[in-house]
Order: sequence, then C-alpha cells, then structure tokens
Amino acid sequence: MTLEVGSGLTIGLILGTVIVVAAMLIWVERRLLSFWQERLGPNRVGPFGLLQVVADMIKIFTKEDWVPPFADRFSFVLAPAIIMTVILLSFAVIPFGPNVGVVESNIGVLFILAMASLGAYSVMLGGLSSDNKYALLGSLRAAAQMVSYEVFMGISLLGVVALSGSFNLRTIVEAQEGMWFFIPQFIGFVIFLIAGVAESHRLPFDIPEAEQEICAGYHTEYSGMKFGMFFVGEYLGLVLVSSLITVLFFGGWMGPSFLPPIVWFALKSGVFIAFFILLRAAIPRPRYDQLMSYGWLFLLPLSLINLLVTGAIILST
Amino acid sequence: MFKLVKDTLISQVVTLWGVFKKIFVKADTVEYPDQQPYMFPRWRGRIILSRDPDGEERCVACNLCAVACPVDCIALQKGEMEDGRWYPEFFRINFSRCIMCGFCEEACPTNAIQLTPDFEMAEYVRQDMVWEKEDLLIDGCGKYHDYNFYRVAGKQIAGKDKGEALNEAKPVDVRSLMP
Amino acid sequence: MAKIVIDGKEYEVDPNNNLLQECLSQGLDLPYFCWHPCMGSVGACRQCAVKQYRDENDETGTIVMACMTPATDGAIISIEDEQAHDMRERVIESLMISHPHDCPVCEEGGECHLQDMTLMSGHNYRRYDKKKVTHRNQYLGPFINHEMNRCITCYRCVRYYDDYAGGTDLSAQASHHHTYFGRHEEGVLESEFSGNLVEVCPTGVFTDKLFSDHYTRKWDLQAAPSVCVGCSVGCNTTPGERYGTLRRIVNRYNSEVNGYFLCDRGRFGWDHVNSEERINSPVAVSNGEFSDLNDEGVQQLLADLKSGDAIAIGSPRASNESNYALRCLVGVENFYAGVSDREHEVNKLMLQLHRDSAFNIPSVRDIANADAVLIVGEDVTNTAPRIALALRQSIRNKASELAAENNIPGWQDAAVRELAQHNRSPLFILSNAATRLDDVAVETTTGSYSDQARIAYAVANAIAGQSNDEFGLSESQQSLVEDISQALKSAKRPLLVTGSSNGEGELIKAAANVARALKSDTPTDLCLIVPEVNTLGLEMLTHTENKLGVALSKCTAGEVKKLVVLENDLYRRAATADVDAALAKVENVIVLDQMPTATTAKANHVLPVTAFSEHEATYVNYEGRAQLSFQVHRTQTGAMPAWRWLSDGKDDVNAIINRCAEEASDFDHLDDLVPHLSQFAAGLKIPRQSHRYSGRTAMIANLDVHEPKQPIDDESVMSFSMEGMPSMKDASILGTTWAPSWNSNQSISKFQEEVNGELKQGHTGTLLIIKNSNDGSFFAPALSDAGSAEQLTLSWAFQIFGSDELSARSTAIQARMTDAYVGLSPADAERLGIKQGQPVSIDGAATAIACVREQVAAGNCIVYCGEQLNPNDFGSAVAIAKSDSSAGERGITGLIVSDLLEESY
Repeated sequence: MTLEVGSGLTIGLILGTVIVVAAMLIWVERRLLSFWQERLGPNRVGPFGLLQVVADMIKIFTKEDWVPPFADRFSFVLAPAIIMTVILLSFAVIPFGPNVGVVESNIGVLFILAMASLGAYSVMLGGLSSDNKYALLGSLRAAAQMVSYEVFMGISLLGVVALSGSFNLRTIVEAQEGMWFFIPQFIGFVIFLIAGVAESHRLPFDIPEAEQEICAGYHTEYSGMKFGMFFVGEYLGLVLVSSLITVLFFGGWMGPSFLPPIVWFALKSGVFIAFFILLRAAIPRPRYDQLMSYGWLFLLPLSLINLLVTGAIILST
Repeated sequence: MFKLVKDTLISQVVTLWGVFKKIFVKADTVEYPDQQPYMFPRWRGRIILSRDPDGEERCVACNLCAVACPVDCIALQKGEMEDGRWYPEFFRINFSRCIMCGFCEEACPTNAIQLTPDFEMAEYVRQDMVWEKEDLLIDGCGKYHDYNFYRVAGKQIAGKDKGEALNEAKPVDVRSLMP
Repeated sequence: MAKIVIDGKEYEVDPNNNLLQECLSQGLDLPYFCWHPCMGSVGACRQCAVKQYRDENDETGTIVMACMTPATDGAIISIEDEQAHDMRERVIESLMISHPHDCPVCEEGGECHLQDMTLMSGHNYRRYDKKKVTHRNQYLGPFINHEMNRCITCYRCVRYYDDYAGGTDLSAQASHHHTYFGRHEEGVLESEFSGNLVEVCPTGVFTDKLFSDHYTRKWDLQAAPSVCVGCSVGCNTTPGERYGTLRRIVNRYNSEVNGYFLCDRGRFGWDHVNSEERINSPVAVSNGEFSDLNDEGVQQLLADLKSGDAIAIGSPRASNESNYALRCLVGVENFYAGVSDREHEVNKLMLQLHRDSAFNIPSVRDIANADAVLIVGEDVTNTAPRIALALRQSIRNKASELAAENNIPGWQDAAVRELAQHNRSPLFILSNAATRLDDVAVETTTGSYSDQARIAYAVANAIAGQSNDEFGLSESQQSLVEDISQALKSAKRPLLVTGSSNGEGELIKAAANVARALKSDTPTDLCLIVPEVNTLGLEMLTHTENKLGVALSKCTAGEVKKLVVLENDLYRRAATADVDAALAKVENVIVLDQMPTATTAKANHVLPVTAFSEHEATYVNYEGRAQLSFQVHRTQTGAMPAWRWLSDGKDDVNAIINRCAEEASDFDHLDDLVPHLSQFAAGLKIPRQSHRYSGRTAMIANLDVHEPKQPIDDESVMSFSMEGMPSMKDASILGTTWAPSWNSNQSISKFQEEVNGELKQGHTGTLLIIKNSNDGSFFAPALSDAGSAEQLTLSWAFQIFGSDELSARSTAIQARMTDAYVGLSPADAERLGIKQGQPVSIDGAATAIACVREQVAAGNCIVYCGEQLNPNDFGSAVAIAKSDSSAGERGITGLIVSDLLEESY
C-alpha cells in the first residue's frame, strides 16, 4: 500500500498525526513558554516531561463531565464538537506532500475559509448556551472578532490566488516552484499571519476568553472532555494556520532534496507554530476596541491596497 | 506614518526578539526537592515557642500574638505558676490557617514565639495541622540567645525577688522616714 | 451655657464644670489620671495641662491644669499647643520613671488607662537610666491583687476607697517617691466596694484576682450588656466570656442606677455560672435513682403539665419571662409567690405604696441627691449594697451646699472637703445592730423591730405635729425623734429607706407614715428595698392571696398532683417541716433550677435552666425599673431558659415579652425595652465580640479543624460574632466600651451625652409601675413585743457575702462568707454564759455561732442564717443556749462589723 491522496492509510495517518501533534503542542507550548520566561516548565512526568500530555489527558478524561442545569443542553454539547469537526475537515484540503493529502480540491482556499466561518458558530453557541454573563460576553467578542478578521484574511489570500491562478492549494504550492509567495506577497503574508492568530483566537488576540477580564470567556462553564475539545481545538487551529502559511507563502513541501518533502513541510510548519508560541510569550493582549479598529482601519485598507497592487502588476506583465 | 509603523510593528518585533533571546538564558528555577534551597535564618516558616536561657518557657501568655494574627489562628489561655510566673495553659496554632506573616513574632514581647526556616509542613490530614504547645515548644532559645523577660520585668517570681530585676532598687521600706 | 474656644473652634459648655470635664464632654482627647467623673478634681497628676490665652491677642498664653480651671465664658484654650503637649509628655515621662516592664504579665494590659494616656501624650522612650523604685505587695483578700510597683501615685485609689466609699483600711503611706498605697498590714480589704479599685486604678496596681485566675484580654471577651442578679438594685454589668466560661464582670454605666460603681457581690459573685455543680441535663428521680430524661420524656412531662391540675411556685430570682411563662402554663390562680409568706405580705404592701402618688420611689442617683435620710430597719449595705454607696454620697450634699454658699465649685474636691470638714447631711439609722453606715450617721439607734417601728411612727407623728404619748418613749428616744423630725422637715429632699428583707410590715408602714407626713407639693422619696433581683417582678405577676403557705398546705392536703417549682429553693422560703410535708404528698414535683438545692433533692423531675449570662431576660428592680439583660454566651450544658422548657421551645423571648406586656397588668411597657434591628443602620446586628477578637480559627481547632459556622442568634439584636455594627458607632447597646485611643473603661466618656450624663441613645430601663392611687392614709401602728424572760426577740442579720443564694455559691464569695451566727448583746451573753465564737443552739435545735455585739440591745438577738439555717423555722422570739455540737468550718472570723466585742471580754 502506498501513500497516495485519498487512500485510507493516508487519511488515517494524517488524522492521527494532526491530533497527536495538537495534543503534544500542549507540552511544547508550556516548555517553550517557560524557556522564554527563564523557567523549566513541566519536566517531571516522563523524559523531559513528555508524558505530561498523557497525565493531562488522563485528568481531563476522568474529570466530571458536567453540564450546568441552567445551560441549553443541546447546543452546549454541540459547540465543542463543531470546532473539532470544522478544523479537522479543513485539514482535508491541505497538501502535506507531493502525494500526501486527503482530497484534491479545486476550491481548497474557499473550503478553508468556509470552514473557518463555521468555526465561529462553535464559539457563539458555546457562549450562548452556557447562560453565563462571562460566556456571553466571550462569545459576543468572538463573533465580532472572527467576522471582522475573516474579511481581510480572505482578501489577503486573493493575492496568492491571483499569482497562482488557482484556488487549488496543491496548484498554489506548485506555483511557488521559482519563488515562494512570501516575497511578492509579503504584505499579504503579514496580514494573513495576524488574521490567522485572530481567527484561532490565540494570544495576543485571545480576547474572547481573556481570563483577566471575563473568567474564561465562552468556555467558562465547560469542564472535562468538552473543555478538552475546545482546548485541543485551539491547538488544532494553530497547526492549521501554520500549515496554511507554509502552503500559501512558503512553498509547502518544497525544499532541497536531502530531506523528504513531508519533513520540509513539518519543519516549516513547526517554525510557525513556535513563532505563534513566541507571540504568546512576548506580546500583551490589546483592548477589544483596539483590536477592532486595528483590523478595520489599518489591516483592511492595507490588504485592499495589496490586492490592488498585485492585480495591477499581474495585468501589466 | 513612521510612528504608526514603529508602534505597531517595529516595537513588536523588538519585543519578540527580546523574548526569543531568553531561550539561551539559564533558567532560574531551583529543582526542589532534588535540590535543597538555602533557607535564610529569618525565613518565615514553621512557628516554634522557645525557652529562655534558664530553660523556662518564654511565653507569658500575654495574648499579643493572638491579637496580632491576621487570620486569628493562635489561641491560648493564661495560667499562673505558684511563684507568679505566667505561662500558657494551652497554646494552639492552626497551621492550616497560618499565612506565615510573622506578625506574631513581631508582637511577642518576650521573644518566645519565633518563625523558623522550616517550611515543609504538608500533611495528609488537615487535623494534623493543628499544633499544641507540646508540638511547638523547643528546648532552646531559638534566634534570640540572651533575652530573659523576667529579668527585665518588675513582677516577682521564684529566684527573683522584688528589686532584683534589671535596673531596680531594693524595695522601699514604707515605715522608714529617711528620704 | 458658656462659650469657650478650644484650638480655634467654639464650643458651648457648662460654666459650672472644669475645662477637663467639658473637653471630654465635647469628645476631645485630653489625657488625665487623678480626675474621675465621680470624684471631681484635685490637680494631683498635672497630666491635663492645656494652654489658656487671656484673649484673642494673647499669643503667649499660660499653661493651666484643665481639671482645676473653670470653663468660664469666653475662655480660649489650646490642647494641641506644642508647649502644653510637651508638658504632658514630660509629666508622663516622670510618672513612668519607676513603672515596671510588666505589660505582658499585667492584667490591666490592653485596657490600661496609663497605656492609653502614654500613647496619647506621645511619650515613648525611657531616658532615665537610674534604678526603678520597687515596693512589696500585700495580700488584700480573695478579690483584689496588689502589684504596687506599677503605681503612678495618682491617688485615685485612696480618694475612691476612703473619700468616696468610706473605707478606712487603705491609705497612702510614706512620702515622696516612696509613696505606698496599701493597708497598714496585709489583710482583706474591708469595704464592700473594694472591687471598684480595679476600675478606678488607672493602671495595674489593683487587679481582679478572679479574672486573673483565668485571664483573658479585654478584646477577647465575648460580652453583652447584662444586669446584675445579686440584689434588687439591678446594677448594669458587662459579663465577659471566653472558651465557654464566664470570666469576669465589670461595671456598665447607667446614669440612673449604678453609675460607675458596683458592689463586690455583683462584681465577684458570678462564679456559680461556671460551677461544676450545675445541673447538666433533664433528670428523672424515682426512689433515689437518677436517670437522664430524653427528649420524649421531657415532652411527655410538659404535655402532662398542660393537662391541668398543676400548681406552680414562681421565683424572685427568675426573670419576668420565666415567671410569666410558668403563670401561663398553670393559670394565674395556680401561680404562687416563691417567697416566704411574711415577705410576700410586705412586698404586696410595698407595691401598694409604689402606686401611691404621695411617694416617689427614688433611683440610685436620686438617693445620692437626698439631703436628709432616715433608714428604717433595713441593713442596706448587706441587702442592697449599691444603695449604701449612694447613701454615703448623700451625706456630702451638705458639703456641696456649703461650697455653693462660698462660691467654691463643686468639682474642687479637696477644697470642698476642707470646707465641709465634718459637716454632713443628716443620716439617721434605725437598726438591730451596728451597720456599716454608722460612721457617717448622726445617730444609729438599735432595738427590736417594734422599737424601730415605734420610733419611726413617733417621727411621723412629730412631723405631723401630733403627740407621741402612745408610744411610751424614753427621754433620749424622745429627743432623737425630735432631731430626726427636725432634720427631715428642714431638708429639701428628705429620703426614707426601708425594705422587706426583714419581712416586717410595721417598719414599712412606719416609714410610709413618715414619708406621708413629710409630703408637700412634691412626693417624698421613699426607697423600698426588696431582697432579690426580680422580687418585684414576681410580686407583680402574683395575686395577693396566692401565698406560698397556701400552696404548701394544698399540697399537704393531697389536693395537688403536680407541682412546678421555678428556680427556687423552698427550704429558704418556708419552714422545713412544712416543705417536707408538702413535697412528700405531691406525686410529681418538677423543679427547674441551675444548681442542685435542697428542693431539687426532693424533686421527681429536674430540668436544668440557664444562668443569668446565658439567656436574654428582663428583671424589675426595687424601684419598678424593668431592665433588659442580654445573653452573653451560650451555655455549655443542656440547660435552657425556664420559659423555653415551659413553652414547648416554640416561643422566642421577644414573643413572651410582647405577650407579657399585652396581658399582664403593670407590664404594659415591658416591650419598650426590646430593641429592634430596624433601629440600627442597615439593620446590622450588634456584635458581642470586639473587632479585635482573636483566635477564632484556633479556639476549637483541637476538636475539629473544620470551623463551624458562627452560631446564629435569631432572637436578639446581638450576634455571636465580630460582625455587625460596632458598639462605638451605636451606643444604644453598649457591651464593652471602647473608642479609638481609649482602650480602658475611661472610654465611657465617649458614649455619654456629657460626662456623668446619660448614654447617647442609651436606655436606662423602663419604670413599669404607674401611680394610680392618691387617697392613701396613715397606717395605724400595730406593735407587739415578742420577747420574754426565756426568749430573746429575734431579728435578722444579712451579709453581702452569703445572704444571696446564687452568689453564695461562687468560690470567691465563699472565701469571704461566715457561718450562721447569733448576735447577742454583751448583757445577754453574760447572762447565758456564752462567749464570743462559741457554738449555740437556737430553740434547742439549730446550731450557730455566738457573736457578741455591743450594739445589740439587751433582750434581742440577731440571727444570720447563711447557708445553714432556714429563717422560716423560727418564731419572732427564740431561746438561745450554749451548745456542744461543733460549728461550721468557716466560723465568724471573716465578719466585718464595727461593734464586735473584743476577745478580751
């Protein structure tokens, strides 16, 4: 059985790897954060604390899975499932290597944008169904934040699409044969990076769950496995955004041939994951209104100009 | 425009770089319990009751530690020896409430109550965190070697008659007419 | 009203007072030691220095002692002035030169006026490096500790003990820096008011010995306003509790009743609350076997009681609520007075006089304002001690009068005393022996009750201008009658004092006649003392014909199945034989009491009841003043208030008080006493614990480290915690006094409207009895002489320590008690061949100790019953003879009377 797009083995391997990586990121993030903060981080469970994740999982699986009596039970249970599902679905269109992937889609970019929009429902439902003022505030913020940043996330991608002439992610990667798109589309890359952080509401844009202000935001009432799903969903989102940046701007699996393409892909994604963690370690959270005005008043015009210039250059050549 | 770029981009990048560099710095963490940290003598840890240089209990049950305690975790009862010496009939500290603030030590007029560098006080049963006088009293002076309250106080006790305390004159003969 | 300026601010003050008092009245902080609100100024300590300016232009000013300077209109002074402040600091530095390093082991620490004043004046470092003067201490009896090293020679103790309370055995000795305050030799302090030294002394020279035995700092005491249950005066007290036991009692200011002082019975007679003898749980007794009664048994018993045909005996030492609940249970016609028949009759007579508009029943403050007093037969010092202290003040009104004539302000204590010398307002005493007030009396005449009544009747006749021939008085008696009637007639505010302790109606009638004869436009002061804390309350609830004797004879006749005895030892109320016969006949005797007594020993069921500090209750004092006493702490036993046992435990105390006010006649205003949460800011409760209460998370951690919730008090406006409206914000319920910088009891000035005035928003109690008769007429004398050749006429002696049932069971009081004694005149003693201290028999049976007293009139004997004798076993005349049976353990060595015949006899 060989690795090929859409084969059962490939799908299984991708699913397994993505989830394991997301789970391991919990440990990676804590260790990295602690190094940047002159600490040691979890190093007690297993070698280098690697089994910390296992310990955390045992804890989270065995915790009481409590649904508050005042919550809307159906949507409360549904919400964490949505985020897991939509992000895992997004991975379906990512080309991990020349012949590694789940599906071959001509609308890969649109599919991912669509899935990201659906992700907003998870957060909104979670917050609304909790019947808790902090959760409600969190979900309100999440909805506004995700709707806003989706706009220029899409616009910033259009430059890449225009250069490659396709919505197919595999085609986009192959179009970067000569030059990775982050050079012609540097502004698009920066905007996508920022929008990606906002979309996965990671720090510094974790405004929907800002602990210091609104407890834990939309997942205040969650515990046990349902909380675990939100938690892992966040790391899955992190992996997804990193993979997307690799695919869209950094030539995907391409690289010198002394390493297999899939390793190049993993390395490039890993760097971005680490970068996101560094962001968390270094940059404080902006205020909600700052986030919004930054998006609408700065990033949106910038992405539009970027698209305009890109279009002009394509037309002129 | 430059200011905007500087504020929103450059400064962030500088920050990121600054934090990133820390990965090459040695961690400050002391890996207790593999590595025992040095405890300073004035560390505020487990509370003890000390004895004076003559080997008697220093505590005179004045209740000042109890009233200074912000979490009210000290309770005691004054008792009196035959010779007039005050002592605590019981002296109880509820360490499950104690916040090791050291106010009791500061309040103590006899240097009886002292905080020590021992902080390893975990128990499986919370009830075991309640310490009585027998658990608290040590056989030494603790940090303060010389102080003996009754040598300074005016109260008469066995072995120290009126007028024999520090800076005291012999008792007055009331019936004397001499100036 | 005068206007003075203090530190640039204008105040309205009373020009008849001194500056210190007025500064304190205005709520200003000015240090002082020798001044006391009750004792005026002597200017001894130099602590209250302030700067006084001649006028607005005077910038230099002079330093004056505020306590010695009148608050004249237009005075300009400064407390804050640097020089004045510096002087106060230097003065306290010198006062503190020999003060020992004792605070941690001093009982005064934390409520020490010296500590407060040192802090207030700013002195903080002892520069003097020479040796401290030390003194030997003295043993001063079972009540008071002496630690003379701590003295700062403010002279307050001798000024209180000698000048105010009339003591003779405490004095200032030696001179200069050797000054010593003590007795001439070690021994018990004789004054009945020695306990006040603890509060009067600004530092720890005199401290409370009982309190020291289980000492707790002031801030750690759980306290609530309470009322003393030692006698009928109803002094206001603050008992303090810690770790489940009562620790001490201190005075609680009430301008109308006790002011600043208590007697030693009240201050030291509370130990019975902690007694190990206390009955702990409901008990059933059958055939001498004791068995604990479970809840069902109790319910059964109470249900049984409700089914009717029970009679009940109330108690003069139980609260109104308990008596009323019992009355409700059995019906008013089955509710009998728990006092002897003799006393019941006299009490009812006195209630009648209470209602008579010809008389004013004076408060203790009024008593101190009288300017001529006649005491008829009541040994006030031993039956209502606080009144004796007030009477002692009344004789000083002559001095005040003289001072006013000579333009000397009344607060100039030394000057007024110097001026008055031995000029006193007249005090006449009719008694059966020497009394403790004799030293200030014009004359004390002793004799039998008939003799005393005869003189009083004669005085009444003399005042009314009628002839005295019918009484057959001797010449000396006749001139005495003249003197008394002259003194009373010329007085502005004459006062008659009598009481029912003797159970002798003629004395009351005679005193009433005198008072009625004196009546002018205003009613005459007639002080009618009753023996116990709630005697008057009980009598107001009881019908006249419901005598104890009637109840007992019903029992003896077998008409009664069930008898409920409330907090009462019947063997103190009726003849032993009668009680024995009655109790033997009743099927079910249910006794509610705190401690085992002779009566509980004969009971079929015993229910434990709470002591005075363990429940909220109202008591009616001798003047008909109802006062509320709050619960201080929760009982450690299975006891409940009697009213709760008797009302299924469903009612709360407020409901009972309200019902009593509604239903019982005379009690209409009882519910005025009960404060309501709505009157406090935000409905906050008043905490019983101080804001510095310590050890809350450790006190009972030895039992369980998981702290229980603070107990909730649903019935009262007070809470068993530190939380709520602190008393310094709202004085209406004033347990412990405390104000910022004033940790000692001197902080009371912060809670008074003005010094010696009423408490701000305070409650001095409610006078219940309404005057509704004015057609009273003179009583006709009905005198009879009981004595004969073989028998001596009997009258009663009382003792402050021992005559009260409950306080007599307190350890400290027991140390001062004597055995029962028979007081004999020297002539009779010689005739009978009895020597001082020998055992004697009374009527051939009861044994007591002979006590030969010079002032006892021949043909009379006075009997002090103590714990051993039942006064109801004797007739009005008894035969005394030598006895061989051994006397009790205590003897009469502790007896403090002035007319004891010397051993050399």
